[in-house]
Amino acid sequence: MNAPTKVDPNVRNFQINFGPQHPAAHGVLRLVLELDGEVVERVDPHIGLLHRGTEKLIETKTYTQAVPYFDRLDYVAPMNQEHAFCLAIERLLDLEVPKRGQLIRVLYSEIGRILSHLLNVTTQAMDVGALTPPLWGFEEREKLMVFYERASGSRMHAAYFRPGGVHQDLPRKLVEDILDFIPPFLKVCDDLEGLLTDNRIFKQRNVDIGIVSLEDAFAWGFSGVMVRGSGAAWDLRKAQPYECYDEMEFDIPIGKNCDNYDRYCIRMEEMRQSAHIMRQCCERLLKEAGPVSAVDHKIVPPKRGEMKRSMEALIHHFKLYTEGFHVPAGEVYSAVEAPKGEFGVYLVSDGTNKPYRCKIRAPGFAHLQSMDFLCRGYMLADVSAILGSLDIVFGEVDR
Amino acid sequence: MDETLKELGAHVKEALADAVEEVIVAYGELTLVASAGDIIKVLTFLRDDPSCRFVSFIDICGVDWPKRERRFDVVYHLLSPTLNARVRVRVEADETTPVPSATPVFAGALWFEREAYDMYGVLFSGHPELRRLLTDYGFDGYPLRKDFPTTGFVEVRYDDERKRVVYEPVKLAQEFRNFDFLSPWEGPEYVLPGDEKASGPKAG
Repeated sequence: MNAPTKVDPNVRNFQINFGPQHPAAHGVLRLVLELDGEVVERVDPHIGLLHRGTEKLIETKTYTQAVPYFDRLDYVAPMNQEHAFCLAIERLLDLEVPKRGQLIRVLYSEIGRILSHLLNVTTQAMDVGALTPPLWGFEEREKLMVFYERASGSRMHAAYFRPGGVHQDLPRKLVEDILDFIPPFLKVCDDLEGLLTDNRIFKQRNVDIGIVSLEDAFAWGFSGVMVRGSGAAWDLRKAQPYECYDEMEFDIPIGKNCDNYDRYCIRMEEMRQSAHIMRQCCERLLKEAGPVSAVDHKIVPPKRGEMKRSMEALIHHFKLYTEGFHVPAGEVYSAVEAPKGEFGVYLVSDGTNKPYRCKIRAPGFAHLQSMDFLCRGYMLADVSAILGSLDIVFGEVDR
Repeated sequence: MDETLKELGAHVKEALADAVEEVIVAYGELTLVASAGDIIKVLTFLRDDPSCRFVSFIDICGVDWPKRERRFDVVYHLLSPTLNARVRVRVEADETTPVPSATPVFAGALWFEREAYDMYGVLFSGHPELRRLLTDYGFDGYPLRKDFPTTGFVEVRYDDERKRVVYEPVKLAQEFRNFDFLSPWEGPEYVLPGDEKASGPKAG
């Protein structure tokens, strides 16, 4: 008994590649895993396979031309990214967005949040073996993307939020349709929860997996659901309200156990809260009329109809689509509560018509770097569950 | 908002008089300009001081100013959930002198510093694995520097004969167009073609 076990020199740790073609790698992640049996000893994520040099490209474009690049970051919730960039420009320009523009922005940010959470919750379920949730969830996503399309003309790459407001007003019928979408959507949320929340397999795969303490979460740069799952009631929509979030009524769900399962529960509840915010926005949009973007024609281009009649509008249009507007020199960091966490834009302007530096602070980047810290000591099968609960989208991680 | 930031800035300046060179409050944001060598001291103070508690790490990034003697800014963003405030710490760096790594203070600095190194070539001393992050395996150069062309130097394609991906010098069917749209009346400082005659010595 207890004789010292001989170390067999032929037994060594096993190294495997997880991805970039693995379906649970959520895109183009390559994880180099070092395994001791089935226990994960080390995780080395290799990223950059989707790196497009967005930040460099933005430096060569005018401010208006840079907006669509933000759709292509986190492509499951495009407008939330545009929002951060527009807020940064508006901070530098000291530009006020009219109330109706703010309501539309909030409405579409919440649609983006539901889009993202639906994708995440259901694919996380798929990563641990369930097939039905994605089918049900994607049906709802499809409806939401139609709302995107009816507002902006594009299902995903909307370029709808512009510095100063939004591009166009919403038709009344669209607002009514969004309002009608909400009650059946809440029913789908209940159905999804019926599939997952008490599901034995789902719980076995997620409860007590991927535990992260609040202190670690902050030090690793976590934000959004990842800190709320660890018990902090921290949400930028409440803490540092932008647009008209301070006039909205909603709750922030938080977790107690700091694990994957709590984060799943939070996302489910956030979708309901988002629907609640959407309803408030729609009701106000039906009642309150007004401009949807600032009327300063040195920044916001004139409408086509005006250009037909006004020489000045024509000149503004020409100048804005060639030279673009100038932004005063300075630096700002503006952040929004994107579905995945704090999405920030650090914008340095040198007073010309192009950003001097635009650093995109993506929440997924900070979350993914902690894979080694999160997965160490768990089993191989937990890697995909943890990855699913981090909510990674490669568009924003690689930029 | 600005008042509390000013107070906070004054408090940090008082405690770290030798490390913090300047305190700026602009656009409702607090910026501390520090010397690169003292960055660990500043970050640790901001994190641990009971009246700061900037425990949440947000971002590290580089900014390139090629005309300056020390051409890079390294910018740290931190967030204090208790104060509900943000702070930006800015230090200057160059291509050869390393900046002390923030990884001992904030674990999350790991990839952000790798990215700054990858994109700008800013060196961080004491970083556990300072290797490239976003660019291709075997990539050469620092793409976000202002003197790096947007088109890059190499392009890749799959070669059907050799059955592998090959790297070739970049060939553009159309030259990369970067128009200068700055208004000639109020924008650029350079002399427009033809204008040099106006200020030159009079002929004859």
